[in-house]
Amino acid sequence: MLLLSQLINGLQLGSIYALVALGYSMVYGIIMLLNFAHGDIIMAGGYIAVLILTAGRNPVLAIILAIIGCVLLSVLIEKVAYKPLRSAPRISLLITAIGVSLFLQNMAQLLFTANARSFPNTVVIPAINFRIGSINISLTALVTIVVTIISMICLTLLVQKTKMGKAMRAVSEDTDAAKLMGINVNSTITFTFATGSTLAGIGSILYCCRYPLVSPTMGSLLGLKAFVAAVLGGIGSIPGAMIGGLAIGFAEVLVSAVGLSEWTDAVVFAILIIVLLVKPTGFLGRSMQEKV
Amino acid sequence: MSKLRPLPATGFIPERDLDKTPILEAHHLGINFGGLNAVKEFNLVIGRTEIAGLIGPNGAGKTTVFNLLTKVYQPTKGTILLDGRNTSGMTISQVCRMGIARTFQNIRLFKDMTVLENVLVGLHNEIDYRLAGAIFRIPAYWRAERIARERALELLSIFNMEGMANIKAGSLPYGAQRRLEIVRALATNPSIMLLDEPAAGMNPSETGELMENIRKIRDTFKIAILLIEHDMNLVMGICEGIVVLNYGQIIAKGTPEEIKNNPAVIEAYLGKKEAR
Amino acid sequence: MAKRRIPTPVSYAINLVLIALLLVVGNIVISSGITSRAQNSLFLQVGIYIILAVSLNVVTGYLGQLPLGHAGFMAVGAYTGALVWKATASMPAPVSIVLGLLVAGIVSAIFGIIIGIPALRLKGDYLAIVTLGFGEIIRVCIINLPEITGGTPGLLNIPKHSTFTLVYVCVVLTCVVIHMMMKSRHGRAILSIRDNEIAAESCGISTTYYKVMAFSVSAFFAGIAGALFAGNQGSLFPNAFDFMASINILVMVVLGGMGSMIGSVIAATVLTSLPLVLQVFSKYRMIIYSLMLIIVMIFKPSGLMGTYDFSLRNLLEKLTGHISKKREAGTNE
Repeated sequence: MLLLSQLINGLQLGSIYALVALGYSMVYGIIMLLNFAHGDIIMAGGYIAVLILTAGRNPVLAIILAIIGCVLLSVLIEKVAYKPLRSAPRISLLITAIGVSLFLQNMAQLLFTANARSFPNTVVIPAINFRIGSINISLTALVTIVVTIISMICLTLLVQKTKMGKAMRAVSEDTDAAKLMGINVNSTITFTFATGSTLAGIGSILYCCRYPLVSPTMGSLLGLKAFVAAVLGGIGSIPGAMIGGLAIGFAEVLVSAVGLSEWTDAVVFAILIIVLLVKPTGFLGRSMQEKV
Repeated sequence: MSKLRPLPATGFIPERDLDKTPILEAHHLGINFGGLNAVKEFNLVIGRTEIAGLIGPNGAGKTTVFNLLTKVYQPTKGTILLDGRNTSGMTISQVCRMGIARTFQNIRLFKDMTVLENVLVGLHNEIDYRLAGAIFRIPAYWRAERIARERALELLSIFNMEGMANIKAGSLPYGAQRRLEIVRALATNPSIMLLDEPAAGMNPSETGELMENIRKIRDTFKIAILLIEHDMNLVMGICEGIVVLNYGQIIAKGTPEEIKNNPAVIEAYLGKKEAR
Repeated sequence: MAKRRIPTPVSYAINLVLIALLLVVGNIVISSGITSRAQNSLFLQVGIYIILAVSLNVVTGYLGQLPLGHAGFMAVGAYTGALVWKATASMPAPVSIVLGLLVAGIVSAIFGIIIGIPALRLKGDYLAIVTLGFGEIIRVCIINLPEITGGTPGLLNIPKHSTFTLVYVCVVLTCVVIHMMMKSRHGRAILSIRDNEIAAESCGISTTYYKVMAFSVSAFFAGIAGALFAGNQGSLFPNAFDFMASINILVMVVLGGMGSMIGSVIAATVLTSLPLVLQVFSKYRMIIYSLMLIIVMIFKPSGLMGTYDFSLRNLLEKLTGHISKKREAGTNE
């Protein structure tokens, strides 16, 4: 059953995209910024994990520190680079984000050289394969899918049920009105960045378990594809990010399966362009109209 | 100010017939924002040289009506006829070229451009040369640009703003920004102009001057004007017909005298007698 | 009141004489052998990047959009120009050169229109990501179509047509054409869209049309720059046109000042020559670039030159005390 194992494959890849896409989606929803640096946060998480693991430390410690590292880095970026530009034109904010992304990539290159390091993935998740009938399912794939589902549920509860979640939704709806209602907009935005990068940290570990190589530029293409997933599903929507991520994952696996693996990147971007032309709000997005 | 006359090469302002055929008609106009009927069953007819007012309490849907008429929003129901032609499916710029111009409640000038350039943008479709002509600086380019500049200064002179021509629009005082928006709208050579709260933020003497000028613009250019305004002195002073909107629906239509004494209008503005 | 300005024809003539003078001087310097071959190649490189920066400025500075795929247009122009030159090698050189440049520009402009049309429906970040995706698609296509483009091993043996004179003339033409366009009703329309799109639309300006116009003009000149790049290098590799190449050009525009042509020219010149002058610089180049992007955006979002546009006439008038600050209303150019 080649098809079914490809399906699992796509599900695994799609789950990772979905986790990363959420970070884009949430930040975009709240400050209308395509956070270019989000992909590079994943790269940073990968390096933290790889450094701790190669030092022979506990994988649990590596995972926790990688996630904390991602959160701290992204909050720092928000405070230093994005906060001063809250009221600036969007184009300035976007250019800053590109600058941050380039900075992280090149710092990593300077610190760790441009060569990729191998990630000891079997230490994190043992290389066990389950055989169900004729299908092979790796433990990595299973863990990825399960962790993603749990993360999604937690996030949904966070956004729907908690006070902070309500504040996040209020700020993304109307920043000024939220401010008038006594919501601390700055801390809400910081919290959003932190939540998004927690997911990025998780995604980073899962991604490294599947593709066990860490390099300074690993985050840029992953990040872009995840953003495509976020747009596809509808920016600002949690189930949308999940659907978008899965769609991109399946599309990639499908393109590779028919023997056009060199074209996958082109296909992903082509999907983006077509979606934006046909339905710019994505599958589940809400339309935003400028007030006149 | 009598020197205001159409200049030949910048688009001849047609001698508009003073007949009774309307310039603008809206029939059964309505729009729905996610289940909320922001405007419904809006019917309006405006004569070719009429000054009409659209009033109503805050949030009644007045600006939404303007946005419908100028196609910022596409109506979910009803038809709009501009000079007898149906405008359904047209874009903002298309209806503008057909002769409807507007100003905005929250001023939308080109802040980084000079006052003169703002008016020149308004004259955009009155200036006639192609891109190649501009790149090679053919004589037609120079002629058209010169005429356009003269025309722009002339339009600015309605509000005595010629002296401000080279100032950045964003640095103008508030009242002057509102006036510049009117000039820019006028530059598009409209047959009807929609003014969204033209007197907002003006003092009484400025408002008085504005009233004079609105009348003068109508008389000089022979165009219709529809305005949203909260200043009742201005509305009652210059409007020949008034439409009152509340909760997205027309609650009264008539002359200023009729509106003043209409119980429904009084109720909309002041609330029910019993409640007070 | 203001005094008389220097008449327009005189001002044009002065500019023309200066431009011609610079061309002659440049040619003398190069043929005299004072400069090394590497330096001569750098001159060409500077010229090519000036064209790229000035053309990107049309969309980023004047139209106020942020495309991230300028290198994609450059790539289209480079490969088109190179292939046309290779195919027309038997023709007289001038014919082949002009044909190559024109076809490169036109094909690139067609791509500009193709990408401009979806871009119109999008704003800000979406536009950025779509153009970025477009640039990547172009690169993937170049890699995967080796029969035409040579693929990863590269397209080799391209006639080295790019001389100082040719590049110089292209730089001047680019700047002049874009200047003339911006100082016309078309340019005003583009600027008005940046300032306030709904107001521009309400002034009867078809924003769709002018966005596409800006995109295609920008792409046209990027295509020409690409062809010149091919003619300077003699060989083309797909990796020369990756995302970083687009960012390089963007840094020039942002640093020079979005909307300032002279700013783009200066920034392109400085940033292109710096790595050659300062060897240390090349190692930290990207770090410095990225920090510059962030710092400029935070402290001087308008770039170093803002929207200032250099005018020789204004300078001369100031120097000769020809005119005071209060210019006569309604004069321009």
